[in-house]
Amino acid sequence: MDSTAFVMGCSAIGAGLAIIASIGSAIGQGMAASKAVESIARQPESRGTVMTTLFISCAIIETTAIYGLIIALILLMANPFVGQLP
Amino acid sequence: MDLANKNLALLFEISGIPVYLTQSLLSTWIVMAVLTLGAIFARIKMRSFSPVPSGFQNFIEFAVEAADNMVKSAMGDGFGALGGYFFSILAFILASNYTALLGLRPPTSDISTTLSLALLSMGIMHFLGISRRGMRYFKEYFEPVWAFFPMHLMEDLTKPISLSFRLFGNILGGVIIFELIYELFPFPLRFVIPSFLHAYFDLFVGALQAYIFTTLSITFMSQKASAN
Repeated sequence: MDSTAFVMGCSAIGAGLAIIASIGSAIGQGMAASKAVESIARQPESRGTVMTTLFISCAIIETTAIYGLIIALILLMANPFVGQLP
Repeated sequence: MDLANKNLALLFEISGIPVYLTQSLLSTWIVMAVLTLGAIFARIKMRSFSPVPSGFQNFIEFAVEAADNMVKSAMGDGFGALGGYFFSILAFILASNYTALLGLRPPTSDISTTLSLALLSMGIMHFLGISRRGMRYFKEYFEPVWAFFPMHLMEDLTKPISLSFRLFGNILGGVIIFELIYELFPFPLRFVIPSFLHAYFDLFVGALQAYIFTTLSITFMSQKASAN
């Protein structure tokens, strides 16, 4: 088998696996949103503060998924392994 | 389909290493020109300053006061000069993210732009910490016990990386999704369906990420500069 094709195929599988990192961030965002809805239901007047905090914390939680996305993008676009083939 | 940041022209060479005019560099220049002209326009308009604000002056005062209040609520008094810095950062990132609506490649989809913005914020953070707190700033690296020193060092290393990669990944993800979407749909549908996605990925995510970047920079700075 052509070794370049093998390396590129394995990199594509690795890129797919790297996106699995977004599972954790999705669960975390769901928990944050459910707590925010609970606290708004308990204190409707604090809606503005809670929403701002929710947006900021969601963007911070998202960082984990973004790291996975960046690893996938590096594997797909700037593959570091293909250049090392003999 | 080509997702790369294309080279448009060769600018100059530094000891044999070519420096290209890329798509994102071109849109950076466009954003810089728009922001500079806007600032000059606002300055000329403010010549006719009136004690009772109205119209354009009202808008400018609202924007400046919002930036100042953002700094004041997070860091307390004595950091008034930072309001201008954060206002410029916010305006630059917002304008950069919105260039995607014009079909340009956003400057923030280039890791060099976001990393330099994050390193600028981190540099100001360390400078403020040292100038405001002196030796107590260095002492904090060894608290609660000296064994925590590598952890504090690691925290300082990961702060700019997480700041820059968050912005970069969000915007580049949007760019890639739109490349795929425009490939997917046939010609007449391209004018209908992607516009709804532009509203989310460009307008909402762009504004949210600009706000997040600014807020996190303020939070990091207030931790380092005004902790007691």
